[in-house]
Amino acid sequence: MSPAFLNFVEICLNGLMAGVMYSLVALGFVLIFKASGIFNFAQGVMALFAALTLVGLQTGQVPFSHLLNAMFGTEIHNWGPGLNTFISILFAMVIMIGLAFLVEKLMLKHLVNQEPIILFMATIGLAYFLEGLGDLMWGADVKTLDVGLPSGGSFWWEDVTREWAAEGSDYWGMYIDKLDVSATLIAVSLVAALSIFSQYTATGRALRAVADDHQAAMSVGISLRTIWVIVWSIAGFVALVAGIMWGSKSGVQFSLSLIALKALPVLILGGFTSIPGAIVGGLIIGVGEKLAEAYLGDIMNFLVGASPNLFTAIENWFAYVVALAFLLFRPQGLFGERIIERI
Amino acid sequence: MNMHITRSQELRMTRPDDGLNKGDPLLVVDDISLSFGGVKAITDISFDIKKGEIRAIIGPNGAGKTSMLNVINGFYHPQEGTITFRGNKRSRMRPHEAANQGIARTFQNIALFKGMSVLDNLMTGRITLMKRNLFWQSIWRGPAEQEELEHRQAVEHIIDFLEIESIRKTPVGRLPYGLQKRVELGRALAAEPALLLLDEPMAGMNLEEKEDMSRYILDVNQQFGTTIALIEHDMGVVMDLSDRVVVLDYGRKIGDGSPDEVRNNQDVIDAYLGVSHDGE
Repeated sequence: MSPAFLNFVEICLNGLMAGVMYSLVALGFVLIFKASGIFNFAQGVMALFAALTLVGLQTGQVPFSHLLNAMFGTEIHNWGPGLNTFISILFAMVIMIGLAFLVEKLMLKHLVNQEPIILFMATIGLAYFLEGLGDLMWGADVKTLDVGLPSGGSFWWEDVTREWAAEGSDYWGMYIDKLDVSATLIAVSLVAALSIFSQYTATGRALRAVADDHQAAMSVGISLRTIWVIVWSIAGFVALVAGIMWGSKSGVQFSLSLIALKALPVLILGGFTSIPGAIVGGLIIGVGEKLAEAYLGDIMNFLVGASPNLFTAIENWFAYVVALAFLLFRPQGLFGERIIERI
Repeated sequence: MNMHITRSQELRMTRPDDGLNKGDPLLVVDDISLSFGGVKAITDISFDIKKGEIRAIIGPNGAGKTSMLNVINGFYHPQEGTITFRGNKRSRMRPHEAANQGIARTFQNIALFKGMSVLDNLMTGRITLMKRNLFWQSIWRGPAEQEELEHRQAVEHIIDFLEIESIRKTPVGRLPYGLQKRVELGRALAAEPALLLLDEPMAGMNLEEKEDMSRYILDVNQQFGTTIALIEHDMGVVMDLSDRVVVLDYGRKIGDGSPDEVRNNQDVIDAYLGVSHDGE
């Protein structure tokens, strides 16, 4: 195989794995959107908050320590060496479930039957609140998160792929981050577990029923408010997983909340109501971005005849252009329900 | 027909017995008034539904029949009046609480879970009878699986009863209208309700489908002893099926009694023939 082709494969593989991350965030959006018609702007911040909490528990940070120190002139920072990773993850999950309860009690309950735009605004408020709370509780510094997943390039894969290259070429093998691979495996099992749960359990059926028809769901005895708590808890769980992945990759920092923005083109591509859509959409955006970065720049430079550095950082805007194209030609996305109004 | 009886007798009634005998009032509607803003939908309506009977609610379009059903199962909250179900007077109630007490219903414009299979729709109908919590469901193997199998068996009986075996796994949205109506009845039956509310179960059906549906309704009432309240526009059907009829017009009750009494009631005849109201 020619090195150029192997390069292409490498770019695609890395794109796919970056796409898995987008899919994870988008999945949280879709879950809440299907069950309650709310576009939850806070999904990205939930991932950040979950990751912050996890690091805090793991390192034994005292919550609100900066605030306490400022108020009382104390010097407390840590209450101990921190918890074992597994227990920290469990605790962080419990906190995300608690958050789901609070969101239902303090926010959703009072906004039942309001316009979607009002609920959307409420989630923007929630996003800022959570961001502030996370800052106040755990501090704004960039933290490293290590949950014991393997990371770094895989030498084995490098060796294997070097063999594939044509005899005599100076191909060095493909680079693949082991962290990306484990993230992919975890995401795949998460999605599988979620779909099995929704397919074969009574609560899963209730979730699908609510997504399908609110009124009918109530008439058979499903409490919408219970379902909302469950859905927000699951979204919190997905946020925690996404937070762990992004946090281990690039550190737990507040720019993490901006990945929510990348989820938007993914959702437009996949359709807001489709779980497979969120996954496939994420993958397409991931691969598309990387391919565009690698090839589109060269093509455009060639066409314009400009210096080689004019068209770079295509990765940053490519997803949004794809989304724009989709809005023009297929507004319901790849898998979304086409809305046909009867007149 | 006989085959139906033997099959349907296998269905167990798992809802706790309420101690009421056939003929005791199961639901008492007392002086209910409901308005939306300034529009009065229902004015001072009282009637009762006795255990074991088929009670029809009829009236011209806009008479307040569906509003009445919505009040009974908790979608609407009346401004005045009380509802007593199985001896318990109730205050503001949400639909899922009504369902938990044993009130199941169907809708005028079919409200099924269209993306789900017939089987899943019926299983969802039994949700109030399922006791295993989220924890057991997440583990799946063990108690929750056992429960799932028991309920699946009960649902299979209902599928047999309604003769919808061949469409078990079909997504409901793909079924023709008449079958959807039947599945919706199935979902309501799956809850093993103490009171079954049917909102125009035969609307838009052809003669054959109407006869089938009438047979199912009678069978449900006779074999399971389920109390039924139904809204229906086909007078032939209403007079054949129901034990007692309550007639509404402009949100008020204008007649109540056996089909024969109602048929001969002058107010009812006027309402249906469109004689002008006094003072209007």
